[in-house]
Amino acid sequence: MTVEDQAMEQAAPAEARGPAPIVPSDSIAGTALLAVIAIMTFLAALTLGAVVLVRASAAEWQSQIAREVTIQVRPAEGRDTEAEVRKAAGLALAAPGVTDVRPYTRAESARLLEPWLGTGLALEELPVPRLIVVKTGADAPDLAALRQQLAREVPGATLDDHRAWVGHMRAMARSAVAAGLGVLALVLAAAMLSVTFATRGAMSTNRPIVEVLHFVGAKHAFIAGEFQRHFLLLGLKGGAIGGGVAILLFFLAGALGRWLRGSAGESQATALFGSLALGPEGYAAIIGLIILVGAVTAGTSRLTVHRTLRAME
Amino acid sequence: MVRFENVGLRYGLGPEVLRDLTFRLEPHSFQFLTGPSGAGKSSLLRLLYLSLKPTRGLITLFGHDIVTLSPDAMATLRRRIGIVFQDFRLLDHLSTYDNVALPLRVLGRDEASYRAEVIELLHWVGLGEKIWSLPPVLSGGEKQRAAIARAVIARPQLLLADEPTGNVDPTLARRLLRLFLELNKSGTSVLIATHDIALMDLYDARRLVLHEGRLHVYE
Repeated sequence: MTVEDQAMEQAAPAEARGPAPIVPSDSIAGTALLAVIAIMTFLAALTLGAVVLVRASAAEWQSQIAREVTIQVRPAEGRDTEAEVRKAAGLALAAPGVTDVRPYTRAESARLLEPWLGTGLALEELPVPRLIVVKTGADAPDLAALRQQLAREVPGATLDDHRAWVGHMRAMARSAVAAGLGVLALVLAAAMLSVTFATRGAMSTNRPIVEVLHFVGAKHAFIAGEFQRHFLLLGLKGGAIGGGVAILLFFLAGALGRWLRGSAGESQATALFGSLALGPEGYAAIIGLIILVGAVTAGTSRLTVHRTLRAME
Repeated sequence: MVRFENVGLRYGLGPEVLRDLTFRLEPHSFQFLTGPSGAGKSSLLRLLYLSLKPTRGLITLFGHDIVTLSPDAMATLRRRIGIVFQDFRLLDHLSTYDNVALPLRVLGRDEASYRAEVIELLHWVGLGEKIWSLPPVLSGGEKQRAAIARAVIARPQLLLADEPTGNVDPTLARRLLRLFLELNKSGTSVLIATHDIALMDLYDARRLVLHEGRLHVYE
């Protein structure tokens, strides 16, 4: 048997084994880093979910408010408030784009004031303004024209299109989203720092391997790739654990919401926690976050290896 | 192939450990590098395998001034040099096969393309029975041969060996020398750093003798 034959005979085990990893996975402080990445991804996923929920809720509130305007008729000495309410309601109903007009009755107005003034109120003795709720359709009416018409024809009537509230809500939603993204950025930055330290540690542990790779002619990109492979896997694993737990939590919260629907506890739960039912885009965002964490982990380790190698040269 | 012109080397602010080194290593040549301990043999080898840069003078390797090389260009040059370290520097978690195949993996070659080549070389250096053994279970001589196999697997143009017979008995030392001579015949330039006079007496070759940082060449 020639040496070549012997070589080919021995080739089968090599094929079965495949080349061993140059950087051994147990030389990287994996467990601690995995836990850190999992916890950070969990926190980031919760933040991301909250941002998605706030954005969705704010958009819903805005569209609800935007489809409603209120006419306020202030009573005044010598004027027939009831007649003015009827006239204002008539003008509003005649405006194009208005779908419904509902003047609040005196009793309804009293109920609105009950939390502040108590029951058994004699409203006739107080100059309580009367409210008319005007619903608008998809084509918004010309509110400026309606406002002018009311000012002209009903002296005590003013029109409130809730623009200030919509503005406040937009600002609040923007702030919540910005804060959420800020937290997300901080979590990612902390993850990058952890990975940087872990990579430096791994490179220090594996310095003899790095040196041998240098001497056999490995380029920086090759050495970085050997470390990056481990860290990408670690990042994806940690991200999947943290993100997976967050997805489970949102799913359970959504299921709890559905289970409580129609029950007495629903309004309290919603008041306490808001609606935690995350839509498909929320789940997609968390899955995207897991991929991002994997990519950031791999990218950070690659960058750190390159920097460390440059310093070693 | 290798040219040193008035090369000097010092570590930090210390005294010069190598002074005014001027010599050439020609293609297909064979030479010993010798000298007493502390004469600077290891430092000279480190300059040759691009682990150090000179503090003065000019070193050209395969026509390139090593001071001006980028890290990637240096890596490309190192692929043309095989190195056998005194302490072998085998990776303990890799089998003899994976250790020897390392330079080919670094070149980006697929395992199927080099498998037979690596196994054939391991048989040639007498490690056919130890292909899947890990370095910690190999004897000193076996490690030495594995290190030599790793150094030559990518067919380098220059082979540098630092005390390659330092850990082996005289019989194995002679076998290893024959191995280096075979490589030299196949076209590789060989530089063996040793202070083993008996080994040098076995083969009449050019001697580079380092003494107190200065080099004396005996053709």
